[in-house]
Amino acid sequence: MSGVVAVCFGALAVSGLLCVARVARPGSSLPDRLVALDALLVVIVTGVGLGALTQSGRRFLDLLVVTSLIGFIGTVTVARFIERRGA
Amino acid sequence: MSDVVTAVVLLVGVSLSLLAGVGLHRFPDVFARMHAATKPATLGLALVLAAVAVRVPDAGDAAKLLLVVVLQFLTAPVGAQMVGRATYRAGTELGAGTTVEEPAGPPT
Repeated sequence: MSGVVAVCFGALAVSGLLCVARVARPGSSLPDRLVALDALLVVIVTGVGLGALTQSGRRFLDLLVVTSLIGFIGTVTVARFIERRGA
Repeated sequence: MSDVVTAVVLLVGVSLSLLAGVGLHRFPDVFARMHAATKPATLGLALVLAAVAVRVPDAGDAAKLLLVVVLQFLTAPVGAQMVGRATYRAGTELGAGTTVEEPAGPPT
């Protein structure tokens, strides 16, 4: 079981790195980066939620709820900015 | 037995999240990448948190995890629709395979 959890954390880390690579890529437009950051946030929430399997990881569950809400608000804010200003 | 089920669900959920990251690089267009960034990522989150919620000893913690899943299901479509609409209205150029179907009349 702990081997499976380690593999899961590794895969989530790879996915997070891929999202960050999309953000950092020179050819990306602003909506590209916004979409990649939204995906990165979901991956981070998945990772912290996976950490709830251990005792020390269960302290962060309240933080998880707040983080997902604030991430959504940030995505909507930048989307409105794109609509107003243009990509 | 429940260990095996939990492990399988965790692996499936994590592979979906991995596919979301890979899809961000493989798709040709912003709109196509939006598919990859929202759908498998959200489903992977739901599977992983559901598997963890079953294993957590405290019912309050399990409720918090399921609350995160519900919130993500409520907010992800709204966020994706707003980003898609903003990107389209900003005049982003479409990729090779993307077609546009304009609505017939004004929005009702």
